[in-house]
Amino acid sequence: MYKIGVIGDYDSICGYAALGLDIFPVDSEQDTTHTLRKLAANDYAIIYITEQMLSGIESEIDKYADVRIPAIIPIPGAGGSLGIGIANVKKSVERAVGSDIIFNDKN
Amino acid sequence: MAIMRVNPTRMELTRLKKRLITAVRGHKLLKDKRDELMRQFLEIVRKNRVLREKVEQGIIEANKHFVIARSVMQNEVLSTALMLPKQQVGLQVGNKNIMSVNIPVFDIKTKTDNADDIYSYGLAFTSGELDDAVLNLSRVLPDMLALAESEKSAQLLAAEIEKTRRRVNALEHVMIPDLQATIKYITMKLDESERSNLTRLMKVKDMMIEQNIREHQQRDA
Repeated sequence: MYKIGVIGDYDSICGYAALGLDIFPVDSEQDTTHTLRKLAANDYAIIYITEQMLSGIESEIDKYADVRIPAIIPIPGAGGSLGIGIANVKKSVERAVGSDIIFNDKN
Repeated sequence: MAIMRVNPTRMELTRLKKRLITAVRGHKLLKDKRDELMRQFLEIVRKNRVLREKVEQGIIEANKHFVIARSVMQNEVLSTALMLPKQQVGLQVGNKNIMSVNIPVFDIKTKTDNADDIYSYGLAFTSGELDDAVLNLSRVLPDMLALAESEKSAQLLAAEIEKTRRRVNALEHVMIPDLQATIKYITMKLDESERSNLTRLMKVKDMMIEQNIREHQQRDA
């Protein structure tokens, strides 16, 4: 049985605890990287991470892009959406097609 | 195109022709695979985009409620209310095969029978806004799972498409032209030696006939 983890600052993620997801409050880049590695090694199949915490550790995230599990999914934190989630999808479209053909109309 | 370093022999020619046939067939198959992967990928990405917008909307909505809840409740009370969750979710990970790319399928299992059993606190000391916030989040959860699934699928498919595209291009622009050029080179070389052989034979024959005639003339004289 796999688990679902949520990483972010406490204010953004405390609500997920009520739903039964495991929350991991972090406050620094180093902390985030450390927690992420720990979760990835410990049967967490989905790791939601707030966009605010995501900036700065993209290279760490990219390591998990080509493996089946875990799926690391950015979610907006208490500060609102930074557009990183959409940017990630854009990146994979660019990787596959060579250029962005889906989100063109938006920008 | 670069000609490979091979001996221009008939045996080599047969071998190369076989390789060319394999390469062309492989190229066609990989191209088909790429097209189909691309179709599936674009479908998933389109779905993904809608899902992401929906999820972000939902989470932002829930966060708004949280902010209000936090403003009317003391921080300690809020933390205590959410400290001991009643609900626990486990995740079952299935497998789906799209063009031999293995894609995870997430299926959620809640600990208690009622998935709506989410309030880990009594209603007496907490504000109604907190209830709204938690309820909003729980409504978003299924979409969040679907999002995780489709986003991961998109990543995995993108990696596979990239690989396949490289292979197709390598076959199309390097391997097949090289083979064709080499085959042509060997054919020409063989034809050339065939022709030179033929002229030599004709010349020898001429010389023999000439010699024969000369011998006859000497004998007659």
